[in-house]
Amino acid sequence: MNTPVRRVSIAVMAMVLLLMANLTYVQVVKASDYSGDPRNQRVLLSEYSRQRGQISAGGEVLANSVVSDDRLLYQRVYPEPEIFAPLTGYYSVNRAASGIEDAQDAVLGGTDDRLFVRRLSDLVTGRDPRGGNVVLTVDPNLQRVAYEQLASRRFTGSVVALRPQTGEILAMTSTPSYDPNLLASHNAEDEEAAANELNAADPPVLRNRAISETYPPGSTFKLIDVAAALSSGRYTPDSQLTAASTITLENTRTQLDNFNGNACGTSATVSLREALKRSCNTAFAQLSNELGEQALRDSAAAFGIDTEIPAIPMPVSTSTIGDIPDAPALQQSSIGQRDVALTPLQNVMIVAAIANDGQVMAPHLVKEIQDPELAPVETTEPDRLGRAVDGNVAATMTEMMVNNENSYSSRGKISGVQIAAKTGTAEHGATPKTTPPHVWYVAFAPADDPQVAVAVLVESGGDRSNLAATGGEVAAPIGRAVIAAALGRAGR
Amino acid sequence: MAAGDAHVPAQAAQAMATGRSIELILLGFATVLVTGALALVEANQEQELTSSIVFVGLAYLALFAVGHLAVRRFAPYADPLILPCVALLNGLGLVMIHRLDLAEVEKATALGRELPTELITRQVAWTAIGVALFVVVLWLVRDHRTLARYGYTAGFVGLILLALPGVLPSEISEVNGAKIWLRVGGFSIQPGEFAKILLIVFFAAFLVQKRELFTTAGRRFLGMELPRARDMAPMLLAWGLSIGVLVLERDLGTSLLTFGIVLVLLYTATERVSWLVIGLSFFIGGALVSYQLFDHVQRRVEAWLDPFADYNDSGFQIAQSLFGLGTGGVGGTGLGAGRPDLVPFAESDFMLSTLGEELGLIGLAAILVVYLVLITRGLRSALSVRDSFGKLLATGLAFTLALQVFIVIGGASKLIPLTGLTLPFLSYGGSSLVANYALVALLLRISHAARAPQPRRPAAPVVPIADAGTELVERPR
Repeated sequence: MNTPVRRVSIAVMAMVLLLMANLTYVQVVKASDYSGDPRNQRVLLSEYSRQRGQISAGGEVLANSVVSDDRLLYQRVYPEPEIFAPLTGYYSVNRAASGIEDAQDAVLGGTDDRLFVRRLSDLVTGRDPRGGNVVLTVDPNLQRVAYEQLASRRFTGSVVALRPQTGEILAMTSTPSYDPNLLASHNAEDEEAAANELNAADPPVLRNRAISETYPPGSTFKLIDVAAALSSGRYTPDSQLTAASTITLENTRTQLDNFNGNACGTSATVSLREALKRSCNTAFAQLSNELGEQALRDSAAAFGIDTEIPAIPMPVSTSTIGDIPDAPALQQSSIGQRDVALTPLQNVMIVAAIANDGQVMAPHLVKEIQDPELAPVETTEPDRLGRAVDGNVAATMTEMMVNNENSYSSRGKISGVQIAAKTGTAEHGATPKTTPPHVWYVAFAPADDPQVAVAVLVESGGDRSNLAATGGEVAAPIGRAVIAAALGRAGR
Repeated sequence: MAAGDAHVPAQAAQAMATGRSIELILLGFATVLVTGALALVEANQEQELTSSIVFVGLAYLALFAVGHLAVRRFAPYADPLILPCVALLNGLGLVMIHRLDLAEVEKATALGRELPTELITRQVAWTAIGVALFVVVLWLVRDHRTLARYGYTAGFVGLILLALPGVLPSEISEVNGAKIWLRVGGFSIQPGEFAKILLIVFFAAFLVQKRELFTTAGRRFLGMELPRARDMAPMLLAWGLSIGVLVLERDLGTSLLTFGIVLVLLYTATERVSWLVIGLSFFIGGALVSYQLFDHVQRRVEAWLDPFADYNDSGFQIAQSLFGLGTGGVGGTGLGAGRPDLVPFAESDFMLSTLGEELGLIGLAAILVVYLVLITRGLRSALSVRDSFGKLLATGLAFTLALQVFIVIGGASKLIPLTGLTLPFLSYGGSSLVANYALVALLLRISHAARAPQPRRPAAPVVPIADAGTELVERPR
């Protein structure tokens, strides 16, 4: 009976060898796959064992990590949570991060290649490894003003402010906002409860309206029509268009009305300048029909619509002009309705390009990356995305937008500062005639030496019962307040 | 036999051959290793390092000294490596269970929840009970051959124990979907763990008794001698048993284990490869049929093929285990420095990934070697013991450990589909621990029989050659 026992022994050794071979495969060959898998919670736990870098702007700390008294060594803290939440995002134990916390995770966590030398020296000197810091382009005071303007009125909406010459984002808000501290809690139950509540919030709070949501731009889109018209060389601000209060869309019986059914002035025709000022739908319907779909699409694409905007470093939803199957569709699209959908960031990029002699700059939030000792590692250089219009077209448009602003109701106007602007009031929803419109205000100032470009969006007129809300009444005062704050900072 | 040998004083021969002092020294070595491991865990978990660790170590040594003394008293010639291997594995298991307790307590504190009951106190109690059973078995079973007489009784009791949880109502017998428990009062035991040993005793006794029957040639087929159909009974019984366990108790592991052991016993008893071929075809057939019939078998197989396909559900456990093993890598994170508590059932079914995360591939290799030493010493006893029943019993017991280690480690490291079994001596679980102590006691008993000097036959009377009787000698051709 000894032969089979010996064979069993050999079989046992073979089994052990098989186990060893497989363990070697798992723990050596596949080890980095498994240890680095994002679902492996150990990754996060080790992230929490080193101090994550801070997010700051204008010398103020927007997010940092402080020593905590539990197993995870560091607690993420947001000193002014709601105001800066659309920028910082959140950093959570149990769910994927968002905002800058997500987009600059490698820097903040200290794993970015640019911090490599630093990591090496930590290893040699035995210092506790720490993450790098991210400095934002944002002006904290401007951000506060922009947030307060929306939040104090309980508006759902967004304000984005850019420096036209560089594309630096000076303010970016989304209201209602949320408290990222709740999601940074190390207490799993609290965090879960907060996440459930935030996810269920109505209106949604976790979506960054400035870059992740698109809205019909309404009359602000007429700037694209004007840019196309002027760039074609066939039109000047004095070119005459129809002043009828209503026109029949090409090849249909559908009527397109002006706002409130008014005629565009007293004559039968109206100048392009006047049509933009009065925002006459009929005139632009005629203009777009004359220009054709391709001219409109080219003009829109030059400003960034239907192109991918580079991450700021958060990803930006692509704005679109939508499908234009036929002439009536083109006419409706030309007044920023139908399938046209822009992010507030895209809309401010349009006026910023006009303010910047027609050059489109890449919008960005990160000014500088620092090592843990706050020494600069990399500074962001302004990046030109391309030219939207010629310098003289931009100048003409600026003049037309000044003409607009001066015709609007004067609420919140700033003495001594000339603003160039356009308002928009966009129908939306399944029953547009009974739903308060989204209202817009896009502007830059001062008109002769632009320092800041602003887009204001207020969803559903700010007040869900205000069917008569307009961009000029609701959004413009907010935009002007933000411009005043921005220029006040600039010493005007 | 050389004349000189016979005249060595009996006392001296005993002192040279028992190896009891080696066993004691190795137990001391195991104590040092286990105490060191405990100190590392405490240090890495930022617990206060106090002299109490030394006392814990001494208590551990004292416990196994009791086992050692029992061996000295009742089985003085037993293999000296087996008990230290068991002590080392069990001690390491206790340290890791304590380590997981610390993690659970910390988690509960952080979440402000009620503190969990510490598993370690129970497992220490089970260890003491295990050692006590170990002593009792050594004391009770003075000669393993007597067990052969109780073969049918053992088989009957074993069957009942195995089947009991399957037929009892779920509230008494079901935990986490497996109906393998008996819960009486505050106690829960897995009768299957004990049934395993009783069934091995039965099969060994039965096969020795009926050996000729199975070696009787049947028909020849493809160069193999097939057994006769009516000799297939034990095979069919084993097959029926494992399928029954699988169906009634949803316990893939025990089912696989039972079948594997019987197969190896049959092969060892008959020395015929045909049994292996038949057994494996039965196995494959059974596996295919149960895959078709049972959802839980299908889920296990799918989770094995790609644990990440259904990560949040069926693949979760195995994926977590792989994360732990992968994080450990070659050197491990160090005892007490990893996060093995992230793996579900880290203290029982997935003790492997706990060890693999903190001790790394190197640590797991060392543990596998300890198991290999334990198992091969058992098989060594099977080789050298003189009676067939002892050989079969020792082979069965040693191979049980081997197969269980293979099934558990293979399952947790995605070599084979995952089945719920515990790592012998390392995992949390009272029944498995206590039953394995009984198993080891039997192995030691057999190894004692194998290594003890033969009782000397009375020397043949020296007869002058002239008076010797004549013998008939066959002339060589």
